[in-house]
Amino acid sequence: MKFRTLGYFFGEAFRSLGKNSWLSIASIATVAISLLILGSSVMMVLNSQYWVQTLASDLEIAVIMDVDTPAGQVKMVGDKLRNHNLVSEVTFVPKAEALTEMRQKMGDRGDYFRALGDQNPFPDLFRVKAKDPRDMAVLAGEFQGYQRVERVLYGQGVAENLLNLSYWVRIGGLVVMGLMGGAAVFLIATTIRLTVYARRQEVGIMKSVGATNWFIRWPFLLEGMFLGFFGSLVAVSLLFAAYAVACHYIQTALPFVAVRTDPAFLWQIFEVLAAAGVAIGAAGSMISLRKYLHV
Amino acid sequence: MIQMHKVTKAYPNGVTALDDVTVRIQKGSFIFLVGPSGAGKSTLTKLIFREEVPTRGQVLFNGKSVNRMRAREVPFLRRQIGVVFQDFRLLPHKTVFDNIAFAMKVVEASVKKIRYRVPEVLEMVGLATKVNVYPHQLSGGEQQRVCIARAIVNEPLLIIADEPTGNLDPDMAREIMTLMLEINRRGTTVVMATHAREIVDVMRRRVIALEGGRIVRDEEHGSYEQKRGPAR
Repeated sequence: MKFRTLGYFFGEAFRSLGKNSWLSIASIATVAISLLILGSSVMMVLNSQYWVQTLASDLEIAVIMDVDTPAGQVKMVGDKLRNHNLVSEVTFVPKAEALTEMRQKMGDRGDYFRALGDQNPFPDLFRVKAKDPRDMAVLAGEFQGYQRVERVLYGQGVAENLLNLSYWVRIGGLVVMGLMGGAAVFLIATTIRLTVYARRQEVGIMKSVGATNWFIRWPFLLEGMFLGFFGSLVAVSLLFAAYAVACHYIQTALPFVAVRTDPAFLWQIFEVLAAAGVAIGAAGSMISLRKYLHV
Repeated sequence: MIQMHKVTKAYPNGVTALDDVTVRIQKGSFIFLVGPSGAGKSTLTKLIFREEVPTRGQVLFNGKSVNRMRAREVPFLRRQIGVVFQDFRLLPHKTVFDNIAFAMKVVEASVKKIRYRVPEVLEMVGLATKVNVYPHQLSGGEQQRVCIARAIVNEPLLIIADEPTGNLDPDMAREIMTLMLEINRRGTTVVMATHAREIVDVMRRRVIALEGGRIVRDEEHGSYEQKRGPAR
């Protein structure tokens, strides 16, 4: 393909966009709406995963030893925990430390401990982090079986619930996105079909003087791809504006919820939406070209 | 240049437009296709540039099978054939220049070549002064000349004209015929389907008469109708 031909393709595509401006706007709007849904569900999924990650990485399993466990046995349990291949981090909190901490917290009333005959009522304990938060329930069950372990505590259900939530957000997003994407493809197909119809005479002449099939197809295909791309631009600007507001709100009202605002994340969203828009446009065009452009 | 061997064309609606037609057209010749409407003239021309494919039989263009050609070869066949339509088929929103340049653009001719070649063909068809005029500002004869200019601009080996004078008054029809003869004189083969009896009778070229999809007459220096009686 020659360079000037490329210029011709783009020129024709834009001319046609301008000529059917109302329909072009309608298609761009549909693409924008479907991509807005795609974009917001992607953002929700990524953010909830991010939140789960940050939250889950804070989640620990507390392995509490019997109060009177000899130091040797405590050490054995500690080694066992550290060597477990699903465990990422083990922190040992000796009973002495727990007592000091508690004394500090109680301040003046530290005397109460004297009433206990200076015995330390606290057990030794380990704080264990799992490599994958989803393994926490299994690990907790396993640790319960270790010798001299009195109790195992972890944020039962929290991690699971969060992970489930992000799963359902993803599924729901996919379904809605699929429906809206289908609608967008259909509308673009209609637009291109009208363009093909409006230019059937031109196409007829092109065929009779020996234009190749792809020479005839490209302007239409480009037109569809541009419709998709413009739709994605609209979607991205609306989405980012809404996201900025939402982030501000979340960060002030719900400071414990982690949201992603880094440029790399936003750029990624833009890329996904632009690619989706162009793909929707190309798909719509091809459907119409197959049906109505008999080349 | 063109060979048709036992060609039959039946349309899906059941009409048999051509029935066992065998014909040979020499390079450089000028041929009239005559016959009543529906005799198969248009179908015959369409088979040559593969607007239609035959139901049975073989069509050869320059020794190459047209009906067995791959789809992506068809454009390159059509670049060797210029088509002139009865209804001109000019693009109304393009000037005369752009209408002709369009035919060159779609075969990816260079801008330089377009600038040189379009005025040249317009000169040849006698429209050098109408370069920047739109089709609706032209008479029927002038529009047909633009259509002819477009057909020859890519220097085809063959011109197919389907009733090119059908929508024109006799004077304009004569002009168009003169032009077609000039094109033929320069070496381009011309196949013309026509109802213009006077023209055919005056020109005394090869006439192929079709009726009901069959060739009923093929004369080297023929007339529109078969002569009746020996002494006319």
